[in-house]
Amino acid sequence: MQDAYLIVLLTLSATIRVSTPLILCAMAGLFSERSGIVDVGLEGKMLGAAFGAAAVSAVTHSAVIALAAGILVAIMLALIHGFASITQHGNQVVSGVAINILTSGLTIVLGIAWFHQGGETPPLPQEGRFMPIALPGAARIAHVPVLGPIYAHLIGGHNIIVYVALAAVPLTHWIVSATRFGLRLRAAGENPQAVDTAGISVAWLRYRAVMLCGALTGIAGAYLSIAQNAGFTRDMSAGQGFIALAALIFGKWRAWPALGACLLFGFLDAVAIRLQGIDIPGIGEIPVQFIQALPYALTVILLAGFIGKAVAPRASGIPYRKE
Amino acid sequence: MIFRRNRARRPLPRWADIAVVPLVNVLLAFLVAGLIVLIIGENPLRAVRVMIVGALGNSEGIGYTLYYTTNYIFTGLAVAVAFHAGLFNIGGEGQSYIGGLGVGLLLLAGDRALPLAALVPLAILAAALFGAAWALIPAYLQAYRGSHIVITTIMFNFLASALMVYLMVNVLIAPHQMSPWSREFAPNAWLPRADEVLAGLHIRAAQSPLNLSFVLAMIACVGVWAYLWHTPWGYELRTVGQSEKAAIYAGVKLRRVIIVAMCLSGALAGCVGVNEIMGVHHRLLLGFNLGYGFTGIAVALMGRNHPIGVALASLLFGILSQGGAELAFEIPAITPEMIIVIQGLIILFSGALANLNRSFFERLLAIGPGA
Repeated sequence: MQDAYLIVLLTLSATIRVSTPLILCAMAGLFSERSGIVDVGLEGKMLGAAFGAAAVSAVTHSAVIALAAGILVAIMLALIHGFASITQHGNQVVSGVAINILTSGLTIVLGIAWFHQGGETPPLPQEGRFMPIALPGAARIAHVPVLGPIYAHLIGGHNIIVYVALAAVPLTHWIVSATRFGLRLRAAGENPQAVDTAGISVAWLRYRAVMLCGALTGIAGAYLSIAQNAGFTRDMSAGQGFIALAALIFGKWRAWPALGACLLFGFLDAVAIRLQGIDIPGIGEIPVQFIQALPYALTVILLAGFIGKAVAPRASGIPYRKE
Repeated sequence: MIFRRNRARRPLPRWADIAVVPLVNVLLAFLVAGLIVLIIGENPLRAVRVMIVGALGNSEGIGYTLYYTTNYIFTGLAVAVAFHAGLFNIGGEGQSYIGGLGVGLLLLAGDRALPLAALVPLAILAAALFGAAWALIPAYLQAYRGSHIVITTIMFNFLASALMVYLMVNVLIAPHQMSPWSREFAPNAWLPRADEVLAGLHIRAAQSPLNLSFVLAMIACVGVWAYLWHTPWGYELRTVGQSEKAAIYAGVKLRRVIIVAMCLSGALAGCVGVNEIMGVHHRLLLGFNLGYGFTGIAVALMGRNHPIGVALASLLFGILSQGGAELAFEIPAITPEMIIVIQGLIILFSGALANLNRSFFERLLAIGPGA
């Protein structure tokens, strides 16, 4: 019984860790898409940031500088996307795809040229990473039945970026729904003409949204390479940017429901690892691939309108031209 | 998210639109790629020379180049056909995977019973049907349920990958084997290699993976050209891409066109399976499709969605792929992934930033005489 409780707790704890980059990317995508800029390039920005952070950490051995570098790389990539989509009225999906492909190649090319380790960065020292934080008194309380392990393993025991991701959700919700900037942002995504008529620059609003998106994907990328792992490995984002995009759509472009979707998808991932090779009575062994495919399948079913209806911001994907 | 042509302020003359603007876009991409090579500390011009010699310098290199070209023609045409209908098919990756599955299943079932002459048309049909089926669901959802084709085709790439891993690891794996491979097909189910065919004509060529699928790719180019520009269905398809409203007004059945265009697109992407499974690997395996679907986007953008352009762009990417592999031997600091970087840059400059130098040329021509 005690064991089962601990397994559940550890699975939930793993869920939070796996969900962290998804949450950050989903919030990033939310800012961009609610302002009217479709972003299929979350994956690429995250990967670029993961490489940037790990590369800088390998040289400076400073986690904070590395994080800043990761954010900077992602914002630069976001600005390319912004320039193509906002200033040049280019196709936003094409631009996003370009950023994904560009970073998947460039991270390996630069990685091999700089570090000569087959595209990986050298293993990073502890001071160059964000390590799990033990909450005050966790070691003493951990032995308290029921509540102790929750405090030590579920609430505590994560690195700082996990808490940043969890804080990003209410913050995003507040910015988008309760501030003047958020109201204008949503208006730019639904009816940019109206924003323009009110004398507010649609382009500047969208640029700010795209940069916010870049900053958040940057944190997500740094999480992958200098918090969750101890260095960059090739293609380490492994489709998580797309899962985050799916979660954003699943959450109907709203912060709290998107958090729910991220946690659900993260939970599926954590469970898939646990269920590997385990026979479930009456069902047999569930193929891992089936659980891994669930987020994508669920999103397709949702988009098809079979479970509720996901409607994208009305002006998203359409370049705005001032009359 | 439907792909729309960028409307020019004033139409450019035809020569500039067809030749100069696309060429400058590609040059810009290569310029940036050259800068990256410089940053790495190597000489870009030397890299280009190594690549061209490696890709075209001998019959083996040419064979490999055209083998890559074959795949790029299929996926490039797939993206182009969908573009003409105003649809962005990012699902070439998954559709070619499933197309290969179709070829593999057919050959596993029939390689010992049927002669090559019967297997070839059946395998092409299987590749096309399976590829089209994988595109049909996103097409149906776009046409009847209003889901974005971009998102659904992205999701279907991941679903295809999960399905293939499951099938190869659990179902189709050959007995007594560690790697997830099916059994090898009987040799009568192998598509003849180009060097074998040429040897029959008393022409000597080094062995390479180039096989008769290349002919299929050429036929596909002509077929797509004839379909799009010389049939009423092609006319309807292009009308939908130019203006949905005009198409509906003219009585075109929008939903049917979306489904037909996507199925054609998927069928073309599926043909990668003929080249890879029947022509090269002679067994079903994982990852044979890797990257070809995404390169198809770059190929279609660079080739301006015209079969001739797609064929030329495919040849360029074929040279890059084979030359890039050679490059890794000659200049170890530059890895084959440089090709992926160039792809990304071409998609950026020829696709997302296509207006950048177009508007430059428009201004340039506006200053010139005649304005």
